[in-house]
Amino acid sequence: MQVTLASALRGYTQNREHVPASGATVDELLRSLDQSFPGIRFRIVDEQERIRVHIRIFVNRELAGLGSAVREGDDVRILCALSGG
Amino acid sequence: MGRMPRRPLPRKSLPRRRRAEGPRVALLVATRKGAFFYFANAARTRWRLEGPHFLGQIVNHVALDPRDGRTLLAAVRPGQLGPTIYRSADLGATWQEAKQPPAFARAREGERALAVSHTFHLTPGHSSEPGVWYAAVSPPALFRSADGGVTWAGVEGWNQHPMRFQWCPPEDQTPDGSIMHSVIVDPRDPSHLYVGCSGGGSFESLDRGDSWRPLNEGVEVDFGPERYPEFGQDPHCMALHPLRPDRLYQQNHCGIYRLDRPATRWQRVGRNMPPEIGDIGFGVVLHPRDPDTAWVFPMDGTSVWPRTSIGGQPALYRTRDAGASWLRQDRGLPREHAWYTVKRQAFCADSGDPVGIYFGTTSGELWMSPNEGRSFRQIAAHLPHVYAVTAVTPR
Repeated sequence: MQVTLASALRGYTQNREHVPASGATVDELLRSLDQSFPGIRFRIVDEQERIRVHIRIFVNRELAGLGSAVREGDDVRILCALSGG
Repeated sequence: MGRMPRRPLPRKSLPRRRRAEGPRVALLVATRKGAFFYFANAARTRWRLEGPHFLGQIVNHVALDPRDGRTLLAAVRPGQLGPTIYRSADLGATWQEAKQPPAFARAREGERALAVSHTFHLTPGHSSEPGVWYAAVSPPALFRSADGGVTWAGVEGWNQHPMRFQWCPPEDQTPDGSIMHSVIVDPRDPSHLYVGCSGGGSFESLDRGDSWRPLNEGVEVDFGPERYPEFGQDPHCMALHPLRPDRLYQQNHCGIYRLDRPATRWQRVGRNMPPEIGDIGFGVVLHPRDPDTAWVFPMDGTSVWPRTSIGGQPALYRTRDAGASWLRQDRGLPREHAWYTVKRQAFCADSGDPVGIYFGTTSGELWMSPNEGRSFRQIAAHLPHVYAVTAVTPR
């Protein structure tokens, strides 16, 4: 399936917004992404297996956690908080 | 009457200007929005900017490996993403991310689940241990790399020490977070380490970090229930003199201190500062060849701790007698309305003769003195908030 990445993560994907990944859960999806783009998972998930505080993952527009199920064709988006100014 | 032609003065009558000696200097400037490198000409009169690197990302520190003069490590954290370390083997022409950045072990049941917020400080290991680096992070913890910064592992003697959370509570949130900020490797002995932690104190290890003991005797705490506790002090910066490794200086939340080992009691040499200035600040910089000479940059530590230049009039203070007396140095610096802060890693010296002194400000200015503080001039303005300035001599 295709995963949509926030711009802050696209340094790992040669600036590609949509990248392929596979897995039955969000966690597996992120591990799959890390295989293709080494280092990207640690930017999203900390060493205690928590999604980082300024990141949200949505599956079909619903807020998801690492254990959330995903299926082929789902719309998966990894987004970063907006801040500053 | 016509004007007399001007003849050049005989060359020998021109006043001789003392030129900086030694290899060319570069400044590694880490900021809230990226890193900027400035390369000097031999006289340190012109600076060539190279960068920005990591534009838009928080860069807390960039350090050069003095063992090869080419390898750089950078502590980087984008605002929303997890922290990492980048490595360059070609002075910043290209960068590679660490394969395993500093990260705590997965917490077991009942343990605190800590995550590295950011790496604050990077220190090359001993000259006899090429490839070894130390990383000091927030919350206060120590990591070590044995492969030039590619992979990092916790120094468990500190990170798992049974007293660690009493020494440095990770919940202590100073304005930029609770940090370990200083890591010092004794140039005579790679197993002899010192670390400094905000809201924790100074600590020493004699066995490469396997065990630690507090080293805070004589250091005051004016913000806690006990005046001279065993730990809980707030050092802001600690430095060891490379040619006299038994001499340490410390700029603390509660004053300027000196320690001459094997003594264990710090002396508050900041008591000799002018009383109207006080001895509060963040950084302390040592002369590379004279252990009695050091510089501090006093900040306003009154009332709510503005942490700005005192009276809006920035000035350095220099001692040439190990803290017995201090001289104000501010020629060329703004005379008024300069309300910036100079952070603990944004103040440094090069190894030239005369020594160059450098500092970066929270308002994005970069300043230098080419003559050991006798006068100052601005190198750059309009940079982002400066977190660290490191003077290095690349090969």
